[in-house]
Amino acid sequence: MTSRRFWRRNGATGWALTAPATLAVVGFLIVPIAAVIAGTFTDPRGVFAPYISYFNSGFRTTVLFRTLQISALTTIISLIFGFMTAYVVSRAPGKLKSLLIVAAVFPLLTGVVVRAFAWLIILGRNGILNQTLLGLGVINEPLEMLYTQGAVVVGMVYLFVPLMVLSLVGVLENIPKDVLQASSSLGASPMATFWQVLLPLAVPGLIVGAVLVFTGSFTAYATPQLLGGERQTVLATLLQQRAMVSFDWVGASTIAAIMTVITITIVLAMSHIARRINPMAT
Amino acid sequence: MSDRPHFLLIAVAALVYLFLMLPLVIVVGAALSDTTYLTFPPQGLSLRWFENIFEISAFRRTIITSLQIALLGTLIALLIGIPAAYALNRFRIELPKWLGTLFVLPILVPEIVFGFALLKSFTVGTGAPIFLSLLIGHTLIVLPYVVRVISASLASFDFSIEEAAISLGSAPVKTFFTIVLPNVRAGVIAAFILAFITSLNDVSVSLFLTGPGISTLPIQILAHVEQFFDPTVASVSVLLMFLTVAVMAVVERTLGLTFLAK
Repeated sequence: MTSRRFWRRNGATGWALTAPATLAVVGFLIVPIAAVIAGTFTDPRGVFAPYISYFNSGFRTTVLFRTLQISALTTIISLIFGFMTAYVVSRAPGKLKSLLIVAAVFPLLTGVVVRAFAWLIILGRNGILNQTLLGLGVINEPLEMLYTQGAVVVGMVYLFVPLMVLSLVGVLENIPKDVLQASSSLGASPMATFWQVLLPLAVPGLIVGAVLVFTGSFTAYATPQLLGGERQTVLATLLQQRAMVSFDWVGASTIAAIMTVITITIVLAMSHIARRINPMAT
Repeated sequence: MSDRPHFLLIAVAALVYLFLMLPLVIVVGAALSDTTYLTFPPQGLSLRWFENIFEISAFRRTIITSLQIALLGTLIALLIGIPAAYALNRFRIELPKWLGTLFVLPILVPEIVFGFALLKSFTVGTGAPIFLSLLIGHTLIVLPYVVRVISASLASFDFSIEEAAISLGSAPVKTFFTIVLPNVRAGVIAAFILAFITSLNDVSVSLFLTGPGISTLPIQILAHVEQFFDPTVASVSVLLMFLTVAVMAVVERTLGLTFLAK
């Protein structure tokens, strides 16, 4: 009897200690976002009216598909280069490995505005790349590189490759060395070990990295704003315009709802898939 | 399997690192240029664009606001995050699993949606001052880092030490401060630094929570770039990078940087 009361009190202590943080998240994050999403369904024109008018607008559906396309491209490019780099980093000798990890952490800790700004200097009309190409005689007129989809993708890849490298280094190091040794001592070629042992074991980690990058680029603001401008409007920049320039709160709320639903769906679906196909799952 | 990766893979990795480092080198170079326009390599070295940062009052003001918000927001997040992280580990059996997920929500939902929702439902809805809204927004976006990093260091803490102290007559609260907290000191420092840098660099939440006279440094940089294309922004960027290097040096000396990569 005393022990039961002791445990119950413990549970209550646990709840009490988590209460301030819980209240903060519920009160300032969940309730405001729920209110924004709920607000889109109280339109006098009808329950789904804001969504119908969103998808009836050619411009706004283009923005949605452009955002998805940019995010997908960013994710694929970051996966390919991130995996190759992470593989090399994970096999590097101790000292070099720490240096390479520091070199990947540093850009990650540098703000997004600074990192987008760097590409503004490189890709601009009088930017470094144009000057170099003109100087070398490769081109006669400066190329228009800014405010293109390519510029946004380059800026996003630059943003997310370090994240991919760091999370994949962790994944690759968690794969037991014995498994790879067993594979080669049983006669598998290095290529076979890579494709048939290492890669399948890394897939859950690749999925987690891909989700991080996809959702990150799907909701990024500063990079598309600086490198894409109005010509490459994405959902995040459209949301900002609707809210702060046109004061179209219903329109902005609709975009916010669409972004939230897509992001959460992707996170839940992919983490479910990652759990199911994990060959090392217990 | 031989330990050395294929040379082509090494070449790709080298190019990726060049791609990561070169733009930052270019920003530093542009900041040091003596010209009135952005250029690289710098033509004539000068520090005048650094002086210019402090001559523009908007930069001076926003640097102070950003530091205030980052410091206060991080401290509040630690104040509510440490007890939460402690409870999640200490009462793992009694507390439901979803509670741990709740504290990561601020980095799961799109930041820009959170910023807009806070503006619409809280700031406009209640007429709260902008500074307070900014502070709440920043506290919440750094909370997940605080809870996760401190939870990770508590995971390797042996709670039987705490029980021993309590059964020997030490008060629970005193035990927490004299036994538990000193053992996770490294985690608290790491959480502080990660949270501080995250807040300092935030764009998406601050974007909506600025008003007349109040703004943060990244938002001011964005506004300045869209109007003037001079090296001032490059020098502010360099200033921010130096701050990051300084913070990383502190982490390296106290914990080792592999801690951050975890």
